[in-house]
Amino acid sequence: MKPFTYQRATSPAEAAAAAAATPGARFIAGGTNLLDLMKLEIEQPAHLIDVNTLGLDRIEPTADGGLKIGALVRNTDLAADERVRRDYGVLSRALVAGASGQLRNKATTAGNLLQRTRCPYFYDTAQACNKRHPGSGCAALQGISRQLAVIGVSDHCIATHPSDMAVALRALDATVETVKPDGSTRSIAMADFHRLPGDTPHIETGLESGELITAVTLPKPLGGTHAYHKVRDRASYAFALVSVAVVVQRDGSGRVAVGGVAHKPWRVEAAEAEMPRGAKAVNARLMAEARPTPANAFKVTLVERTLGAVLSEAKG
Amino acid sequence: MRFDTPAATNPIDQLKTIGQPLDRVDGPFKATGTAPYAYERHDAAPNAAHGYLVVSTIAKGRITALDVSAAEAAHGVRAVVTAERAGKLAKGDHNTAKLLGGPEIDHYHQAIALVVADTFEQARTAAGLVRVEYDREDGVYDLEEARASAVKPKKGDGMGGAADTATGDFDGAFAAAPVKIDYIYTTPDQAHAMMEPHASIAAWDGDSLTVWSANQMIEWGVSDLATTLGLPKEKVRLISPYIGGGFGGKLFLRADVVLAALGAKAAGRPVKVAIPRPMMFNNTTHRPATIQRIRIGAEEGGRITAIAHESWSGDQPDGGLETAVNQTRLLYAGAHRMTAMRLATLHLPEGNAMRAPGEAPGLMALEIAMDEMAEKLRMDPIAFRILNDTKVDPEHPERPFSQRQLAECLRLGGERFGWSRRHARPGDVRDGRWLVGMGVAAGFRNNLLMKSGARVRLDRTGTVTVETAMTDIGTGSYTIIAQTAAEMMGVPMDRVVVRLGDSSLPASCGSGGQWGANNATSGVYAACTKLREQVTQKLGFNSQEAQFTDGVVRAGNRSIPLGEAAGPDGMVAEDAIEYGDLAKKYQQSTFASHFVEVGVDAATGETRVRRMLAVCAAGRILNPKTARSQVIGAMTMGVGAALMEDLHVDKRHGYFVNHDLAGYEVPVHADVPHQEVIFLDEVDPISSPMKAKGVGELGLCGVGAAIANAIYNATGVRVRDYPITLDKYLDRLPPVG
Repeated sequence: MKPFTYQRATSPAEAAAAAAATPGARFIAGGTNLLDLMKLEIEQPAHLIDVNTLGLDRIEPTADGGLKIGALVRNTDLAADERVRRDYGVLSRALVAGASGQLRNKATTAGNLLQRTRCPYFYDTAQACNKRHPGSGCAALQGISRQLAVIGVSDHCIATHPSDMAVALRALDATVETVKPDGSTRSIAMADFHRLPGDTPHIETGLESGELITAVTLPKPLGGTHAYHKVRDRASYAFALVSVAVVVQRDGSGRVAVGGVAHKPWRVEAAEAEMPRGAKAVNARLMAEARPTPANAFKVTLVERTLGAVLSEAKG
Repeated sequence: MRFDTPAATNPIDQLKTIGQPLDRVDGPFKATGTAPYAYERHDAAPNAAHGYLVVSTIAKGRITALDVSAAEAAHGVRAVVTAERAGKLAKGDHNTAKLLGGPEIDHYHQAIALVVADTFEQARTAAGLVRVEYDREDGVYDLEEARASAVKPKKGDGMGGAADTATGDFDGAFAAAPVKIDYIYTTPDQAHAMMEPHASIAAWDGDSLTVWSANQMIEWGVSDLATTLGLPKEKVRLISPYIGGGFGGKLFLRADVVLAALGAKAAGRPVKVAIPRPMMFNNTTHRPATIQRIRIGAEEGGRITAIAHESWSGDQPDGGLETAVNQTRLLYAGAHRMTAMRLATLHLPEGNAMRAPGEAPGLMALEIAMDEMAEKLRMDPIAFRILNDTKVDPEHPERPFSQRQLAECLRLGGERFGWSRRHARPGDVRDGRWLVGMGVAAGFRNNLLMKSGARVRLDRTGTVTVETAMTDIGTGSYTIIAQTAAEMMGVPMDRVVVRLGDSSLPASCGSGGQWGANNATSGVYAACTKLREQVTQKLGFNSQEAQFTDGVVRAGNRSIPLGEAAGPDGMVAEDAIEYGDLAKKYQQSTFASHFVEVGVDAATGETRVRRMLAVCAAGRILNPKTARSQVIGAMTMGVGAALMEDLHVDKRHGYFVNHDLAGYEVPVHADVPHQEVIFLDEVDPISSPMKAKGVGELGLCGVGAAIANAIYNATGVRVRDYPITLDKYLDRLPPVG
């Protein structure tokens, strides 16, 4: 392991400033992804800034009837929160569909958003990967791609974002609250938080250097029926082949976001206008730009079928 | 003790301890973390340095430059081992590819160097500093492409049998059969994926080498290590008392052992090496993929007249077959029959044995074919199998089976599972969003006989100590060996001590091929028989008359406590079980029926197993609790084989891409619902004095096909390519909504 230095942050602004000032710095919270990647020498930070002591671990109501989720709220606690279960069921269900109980006890809200792809070529340091070594190429594009992205894919990367939680947050139009190294704060809409790979797949979010997530804010509850359906080869502890997050209103309108298909949680607002006409119509708009490989073309059909089942269940 | 006539009544038949569902004697050690595994022997080698592997990142070619200078200069580094520095290394009898590669590279992640440092982190960092340049060559990585060039192997099936067999006139009978099928089935490359990685600590004392390792087969390990390093066998000691699973992955000497030994020599102190999980899948061995063609022809009434099973698999040059047709030589009747196996040269990592080699993938194909044939005949799949049952080896009708209760397994299983509730028409049963179906398959695995020895000591306190180089890979060897000694010597379990897994102890059969339980306990039986004779002789008892019960030897009106009989110096006896030609006269096999109910999500195609039943006929069950654990573990592995396990071959670069436990999925708890196991009453006096056989592999054999058949029954969709993942049939499911 490359030697690294370590500090405990005392305030969010100080943590952000320290991160910007120290080359090769990374924040560490639950460490459920970062420590694995360090052991594999995929991540080799020179400096770790421990943010666990910042007290960002509360879930509080907001003035406009929403919820502010501290960046360090553990996935287990968030999924179990009574308000989340009652008003944001899609989020609670997405969380418990991810990882394992032990990992969810440790993993944080902000860390979940920032987890890296599970593409096997990213994990094998002998293989070309533009995420690990920008410009080295992508071994996955012509490789084993069954699990990989079908939409928003570029000539440089075919990776997916592995989070379940992020898919639900995208459906809920959550915003990510941050503090920058200069102490200023901003809100980033989930729609803009994760990026498509383009020709810079190593840049995965809109965060600037040193910028620290302090919270995720949910707008006031949408009502309706919430569902999260994750499809996978085994019953638990697997990343999604596809996952579908929906909120359906009584009149058949609603929202759809999809996981396991792109470099970010995939949502096309225009496709939601088709919801009263059913899954086939939604899927035609939602997945219109899909560019699958022969090995993962099934995902396009799978989204449609899963959405169909979820919508018919939501109708009751 | 030579076993060449069927066993008569013997002390084991008392069944005071044998046959009881006793807890594992090593259970508390495992549960409290006090069973030391190889990598944790800090007590034995407190000053061990850490070795980290450098592995090839090409599949085939040559190293043109290997620069270790930066690694050697790194902090804490004590030595760097390469093939060039190691000098001449031979290859063990059980190895195909070299364990230390270079300059020629045989496969991806072949070890090419070991960096030894004071700490693990130092070794790993320095390993990353080794610079390697390659001259990469094209290799063959696609079995389907290589199939045309596959040849009949000179070594036959590699187990003493032929690559091909033929009886009668298959072609004529198949052509004339009024009902027939002819399909191709495929099974993928699979990984053992046991919990404990390959790990070893090596220490030299002069020219003597001691290795603490995780190895199923002490004898093979010692002889192959001695051969590889050019040492006399007597200079090598291998210690492996606790093993965290193997499934065949630890049958053979692997790179961790050889490199720990070379590293320790180079560093002048003990060295420990574990193969990191992401390297295991390509560095070690795997179960090879197969392509299988099965043709079955039958009369209208269902009697099979012609059956043919052909299989193609691949391996490294000079490697071996996956013997996928072997069960078809023995499982069903049929006058006209043929089997054939062809081997292609592939430059993927080395293929080798994994739990039930041959039968596991072979039955995955054959037992789908039987289901397809039953449907074509409009017969119940159980009735079709029973109609084609045989009591003799169909290729050699003069050889009866020693025991064969396949029909009983199928009948009882059908009753217990509620088979009569199965709808013969597929796609007929719906439970909410689930399409529900039932499937059945026959299970079959041969009973293999191996010489196995043991030493038994009796001390003045009446404690019996058993010593044998047998291994316990999580199977229960400690327990059944203790039960055997307790039964034979007439003492309670808590007066028996068992020492295993050390090459300084009497040579044993080891753990593999489900032969461990029967042969190892028979070796202990032999040693105990000798010890009983010594005791009775010393006491002047008539050995025929003497009874060993409750810690006392009795004959006539005399009774002497065992400890007193042993005297202050104790007594010791050593013997081994060896087998005559009963296996030639009788076919010895184990049989099962596997029943599965699945739900298939009508929209997403996800298959989830709902319940499973195995009925096993496998000779005397020495301990129903440990045997049941073996069978439910194997059934779980069958769920993996049917639904998810698949080493994805990158056919450009020649390696298994999903080389960790996130990418190579095996069942988790949520995949394994209700499992039931029934053992039929059976004693097989032909197999051994224990009258036992094995169950550890039988529990896997047939499970995959039972699941495939249940999926067909649920959906009407037949998938002949494993694993049966939803992408292979999503477009054939009914529309949603």
